Amino acid sequence: MSVMNMVESINDALDIKLKEDSSIVLYGEDAGVEGGVFRITSNLQKKYGEERVFDSPLAESGIVGTAVGMAVAGLRPIVEIQFSGFVYPAFNQIVTHVARMRNRTRGKYSVPMVIRMPFGGGIKALEHHSESPEALFAHIPGLKVVIPSTPYDAKGLLISAIESNDPILFLEPKRLYRAIKQEVPEDKYTLSLGKANVLATGEDITVVTYGAVVRDVQKALAFANKSGISVELIDLRTIYPIDRKTIADSVNKTGRFLGVTEAAATGSIISELITIVNEEAFLRLEAPPRRLTGFDTVMPLPQGEHHYMPNPERIFYEIQQLIKF
Amino acid sequence: MFIKKDEISVPKFQIMDEKGTILEKERFALIEEKVLIEGLKRILFARTVDLQIVSYQRQGRMYTYPPNIGQEAIAVAAGMVLEKEDWLVPAYREMAAWLAKGVTLFELFQYWGGHDQGMALKQAHNMLPVSIPIASQLLHATGIGYAIKLKKQKNVVIAFCGDGGTSEGDFHEALNFASVWKVPVIFIVQNNGYAISCPFTRQTGAQNVALKSVAYGITGLQVDGNDFSAMYTSLKEVVGRARKGEGPFLLEAVTYRLGAHTTSDDPSKYRSIEEEKQWQEKDPLKRLSMYLTKKKKWSAQQEEKLVQQYKKKIEKDFKEFESSKSYDVHDCFNHLYSEIPEDLKAQQTHYEQFLQAKGVQK
Ligand SMILES: Cc1ncc(C[n+]2csc(CCOP(=O)(O)OP(=O)(O)O)c2C)c(N)n1
Ligand SMILES: [Mg+2]
Repeated sequence: MSVMNMVESINDALDIKLKEDSSIVLYGEDAGVEGGVFRITSNLQKKYGEERVFDSPLAESGIVGTAVGMAVAGLRPIVEIQFSGFVYPAFNQIVTHVARMRNRTRGKYSVPMVIRMPFGGGIKALEHHSESPEALFAHIPGLKVVIPSTPYDAKGLLISAIESNDPILFLEPKRLYRAIKQEVPEDKYTLSLGKANVLATGEDITVVTYGAVVRDVQKALAFANKSGISVELIDLRTIYPIDRKTIADSVNKTGRFLGVTEAAATGSIISELITIVNEEAFLRLEAPPRRLTGFDTVMPLPQGEHHYMPNPERIFYEIQQLIKF
Repeated sequence: MFIKKDEISVPKFQIMDEKGTILEKERFALIEEKVLIEGLKRILFARTVDLQIVSYQRQGRMYTYPPNIGQEAIAVAAGMVLEKEDWLVPAYREMAAWLAKGVTLFELFQYWGGHDQGMALKQAHNMLPVSIPIASQLLHATGIGYAIKLKKQKNVVIAFCGDGGTSEGDFHEALNFASVWKVPVIFIVQNNGYAISCPFTRQTGAQNVALKSVAYGITGLQVDGNDFSAMYTSLKEVVGRARKGEGPFLLEAVTYRLGAHTTSDDPSKYRSIEEEKQWQEKDPLKRLSMYLTKKKKWSAQQEEKLVQQYKKKIEKDFKEFESSKSYDVHDCFNHLYSEIPEDLKAQQTHYEQFLQAKGVQK
């Protein structure tokens, strides 16, 4: 075991896989010499050479499109998009090729690749550096979308993602990069994709979230516990595919549901969760399922961030509303 | 059988070299001395604002900021050739041109200080806000150029991006459309040698940016971006020609950012002190002040006095920014649509109920 933050545990996962599998190449804007603007890929170029770890020209469509070519030709590319806000030039490649290659070629070609990108708010960043566009990707058939919430999860989930034979979007909650340290095994381990993690068991209400918001909910749980409310907290870990069974079992036990995300409300992952709750636990519900999300607005610049982002107080407020219902 | 790509000549246009020596006497004679003095003052002002913002940022009074230091002559020259009805389509590192368009220091502080109101640019006529998604703005410039042409106006558009920006698909598309439509747009690429940590040699296999104009079928030129007189002269000429319908143009301004990419960046990770020193010798501010000092039109004392005067104004506006109204709930919702949809209004109301329940002022 060694104590790591998420930057270190992701770096460790990349290091382990680069060492183990010579078909892996890693690139992106500033990913080589500098080790990325968040230093996630630090030292990897030194260790594995410029042919396998390198800076790409500044072009996201180029980054993802070339990775498709590499993947069909037998490499396993891991690419970095500097911020999720800049993935859109690559959207065409992601939707029209990454997600569809296996299906279009009836399984002849596949694109085992990982597209990593930091996302989410809370670090007082510039315009376009704080959004949460994860639902856009979850909506596209053919992709899997993974979002870790701890250093431990990040390492295990990323190794699974790299080993997957399907393309994976790996969204990193940048607010957590250096926020938490935790014991992480030095050796290789995997966590299964598509499996949620029950972080707290409870009887009165189920709260489901993912990524950086997990921490906010954990803080809200402290308030809830004081008020005698017993909360079951589920971290999705993978937003596509969603672990339907874990959610269904939990809500069938508690009878109440709150989903929390910092993404905009309409068409969010929480909308999908509420569908699952309705399909799987409708007759058990004691209150209408509820969501706490970002507004359906543009993410404000740093001075307005506090209005937009769910925080522990607001989460607790929503929990209370549901209990009172 | 092959095009001799290495033989296409791309001269670097320079009027005044690093030592203040005039290389192109005839062209230089056409620039009025008051233009040089005004240019120097604007470079000095932009430099002073820049350094102040960086220092506010270090004090925790400002968020992430991309300094202009070392590149100011380019934006100053652009600001001086633009006329009122001309359009400015910025990237994010050409502050002096925004100021010339009428952007206020208060708005600058608001934007980089994390308030969306800083993008309202109330007094800046015909200017788009900062564009952080690299190169995306260049297509807007081409579109504006088309509108100008269709309306038979005599105006031009100056659009900016960096060397890294030339790799994006949008750069290609903007130049290609501009070429097909023959629009009055001047694309200025500030080639400062790096896109964050990525050197120009890893950005493209081409020798330079100016050369790319050939393939697009538009007129291109490479200019010493640290030579104010060369920037001013070349921009005067291309803007004049674009007004007559001879556009578009691709102008590569060769420069160097003497500061960090942004206040979150550490250049020592990817470039050497020696390289930085070499470029400090080519500083556009130094060059112009050296020349004018020799001509007895400028002095160190005068410069120091101006800096103090500028600092006072900057401090005053910054204090005003710091004591301005905090971010209201309405600021999140009010400007997204011409009319707020009911459902969105309900989100606002729900949030305000929470604030009320907590006894928080909104
Ligand atoms: C589409 C897009 N991708 C990535 C980024 C992140 N980013 C911001 S600035 C920058 C480098 C830009 O370099 P260049 O175009 O040379 O301009 P400079 O900063 O040197 O002025 C990058 C990669 C972005 N803002 N937009
Ligand atoms: Mg650059």
